[in-house]
Amino acid sequence: MTLVSTQSTVGSAKRRRKGFDLSSQTTMLLIFLPPAILLFTVFVMLPMAEAAFFSPYKWSGYGPAPWAFNEATGKSFGTWTGGANFERMFGHSAFQTALSNTFKVISVSLLVQLPLALMLALMIYRKSYANTVFRLIFFVPYILAEVATGLIWSFVFDGNFGLSRVITDTFELQKAFFPLAEKQWAFNTILAVIVWKYFGFHMMIYIAGLQSIPKDLIEAARIDGARPLQIIFFVKLPMLWPAITISIFYSVLGALQVFDLVMPMTAGGPSNSSHTLVSYLYNFGFIRLNVGYGSAVGVFLFAVGVIFAFVYRNTVQREAAR
Amino acid sequence: MSSFTWRSALRICVLLLVSSLILVPLAATILGGFKTDGELRAEPFGLPEVWRTQFYGEILIDPQFWRYLWNSLVISLLTVALTLILGSMAAYAFAQATFFGSRFLFSYLLLGLMFPFAAAIMPLFLTVRDLGILDTPWGVILPQVAFGLAFSIMFFRTFFKQMPPELFEAARVDGCGYIRFYFYFTLPLSTPILATIAVFVFVQSWNNYLLPLIMLNDRAGYTWTLGAMDYRGEYISSWNRTLAFMTMTLTPAVVFFIAAQKYIVAGLTGGSVKG
Repeated sequence: MTLVSTQSTVGSAKRRRKGFDLSSQTTMLLIFLPPAILLFTVFVMLPMAEAAFFSPYKWSGYGPAPWAFNEATGKSFGTWTGGANFERMFGHSAFQTALSNTFKVISVSLLVQLPLALMLALMIYRKSYANTVFRLIFFVPYILAEVATGLIWSFVFDGNFGLSRVITDTFELQKAFFPLAEKQWAFNTILAVIVWKYFGFHMMIYIAGLQSIPKDLIEAARIDGARPLQIIFFVKLPMLWPAITISIFYSVLGALQVFDLVMPMTAGGPSNSSHTLVSYLYNFGFIRLNVGYGSAVGVFLFAVGVIFAFVYRNTVQREAAR
Repeated sequence: MSSFTWRSALRICVLLLVSSLILVPLAATILGGFKTDGELRAEPFGLPEVWRTQFYGEILIDPQFWRYLWNSLVISLLTVALTLILGSMAAYAFAQATFFGSRFLFSYLLLGLMFPFAAAIMPLFLTVRDLGILDTPWGVILPQVAFGLAFSIMFFRTFFKQMPPELFEAARVDGCGYIRFYFYFTLPLSTPILATIAVFVFVQSWNNYLLPLIMLNDRAGYTWTLGAMDYRGEYISSWNRTLAFMTMTLTPAVVFFIAAQKYIVAGLTGGSVKG
C-alpha cells in the first residue's frame, strides 16, 4: 500500500517511510523470529512445563488436562495424588536399577570411553593417509543408527548364533550362553556396546583439539628434551582440556538419554534389570498410559540434566575457558 | 615413520585390533544376509559357502521396505528444510539486531541444549495428539525441528556474526533492506554452515527411533528404524533376514555419511572449538 508508492520513487532507503516497510529491521524481526520461537515454545518448553503440572496427578491422558472437569463423570479427568508419583518412583526397585544403570553409563563413559578415545586420538591425529582411513573406520559406529547397532549386537550376543556361540563352542560348554538374557550380564553388555558406538565421536573432538595445538609448542618441548610421554602429559593434555570438558558434557547428557540401544537389545529386561531412565519412562509411563507418572519421571530427568548442565557450565567449563 | 620401533608396532596393533572390533560385526551383518540360518548358527563370522541372494531379493521386492525408506526420507528432508529455514532466520535476527529482550530470547532458545529431550515426551505426545497430527509425518517433523532449533541457531548465529559488517553497510546504502540482504547475501555466503547443519540434522532424523515410536502407530507411516524392529519381531528366529534388512538400510546411509563426513565432523567439532 504505502510500500508501492514509496518504492516507486526509487532512491535511497533513508527516504522510506516508517510503518510497514519491508526493509526495516522491525519488520524483519517480526517475520523472522516468531516462527522459531513459536515452534520451540509449543514443542519443547510447554511440554516440559506441562510435565511439571501433570506430575502430581494420576491421569490416563484422556481429556484436555487432568484438572479439567469431565461432565460425563462429574469429576475431573485426573486424580490429584500430591507427591505420590514421586514417592512411588523413588521406591520402585526398577527405577532404582534404572538410575544406577544410568550412573553406570556415566562412569563407563568417563573412565573407559574417554580415555580410550583420547588414546586413539593421540595415535591418529596427525595427517596421513593411513590415519584418515582409521579415523573413518572408528567413526562408522557413531554414524550407524542406534537401533541398527542394537540389532547387530544382539545378533553377535545371541547364544545360538553369534560370538557367545563361538565362545561356548571353543570351550565346548554344553549350555548356550545368552548374555542379554542374564541379569548380571545384560546391562554390562549394553555398556560395552555404548563404548563401541560412541568412542569415535569423542575421538573426533579430541582430534580437532589436538590439531589446533600450535606445532612450535610441541617442538619447543621436544628441543628442551621432553620425552614423548612427557609431551603428552604436560603439553598436549593441558592444551586439550577445553575439548575434554566438552566431551565430558556430551557424555553425561548423552548417558541420561540412552534409549534406542536398550530397546533392540533387551527392552529393559530380564526382569527390568537393564532399564535406563528413558526406557523406564517409556515402559512405565508411556506404554501404561500413565501420564502423571511418566511426567514425574520426566521432571526428574529434566532436573538432573539441567542441574548438571548449569553446575558444569559455571564451574568446570568456566575454569576451562579461562 | 622412520624406522621400525616397538612403539609403532604396538600402535599399529592397537589400531588394527580396534578396527577389527568395528569391522567384524559389520562384515558379519553383511555376510549373514547371504547365509541360511543353519550356516549362520555353525559359522556366524565366516564367509558363506554359497552366496544366496534370495533373502536380499525378498527384501528388495518388498514394497513395505521401500515405504519405510521413503517415509524416513520424507521426514528427514522436511526436518532439514524447516530447521535450516527457521533456524537461519532466527539466527539472522539475533545476529543483526540487538533489541529489548534479545539476550533473554536467545538464552531461552539455548535452554533447549540443556535438557534430555525425552524428559517431556509424555506431554509432547499429548500436544501432538491435541493438534491432530498424531500418526502423520508432521507429528515427528515438528518436534524434531523444535528440538534441533537451539543447536542450529547457536551455530548459525556464530557464523553470521563473523561476516564482515561492511558488507551489510554497503548493501544498506544501496537501498537493500534487512530481508533482502538475508536472501541475497547472508544465505548464499553461508553454504558451508548450511551444509553442516543439514547433514547433522539429517543424520539425527534418519536415525531417530524414540519419536517415531511414540508418534507413529500405523505401519504404513513407519520409518525404517520402526520397520527394522518390526522386521526383527516378525522373523524372530531367522537372523539372516534381519541382517539382510540391516545391510540394506545401513549401506546407503553409511555411503552418504562417509561422503558427507567432512560436514559431520565440522558440526561435531564446531562446538568445541568455539567453546
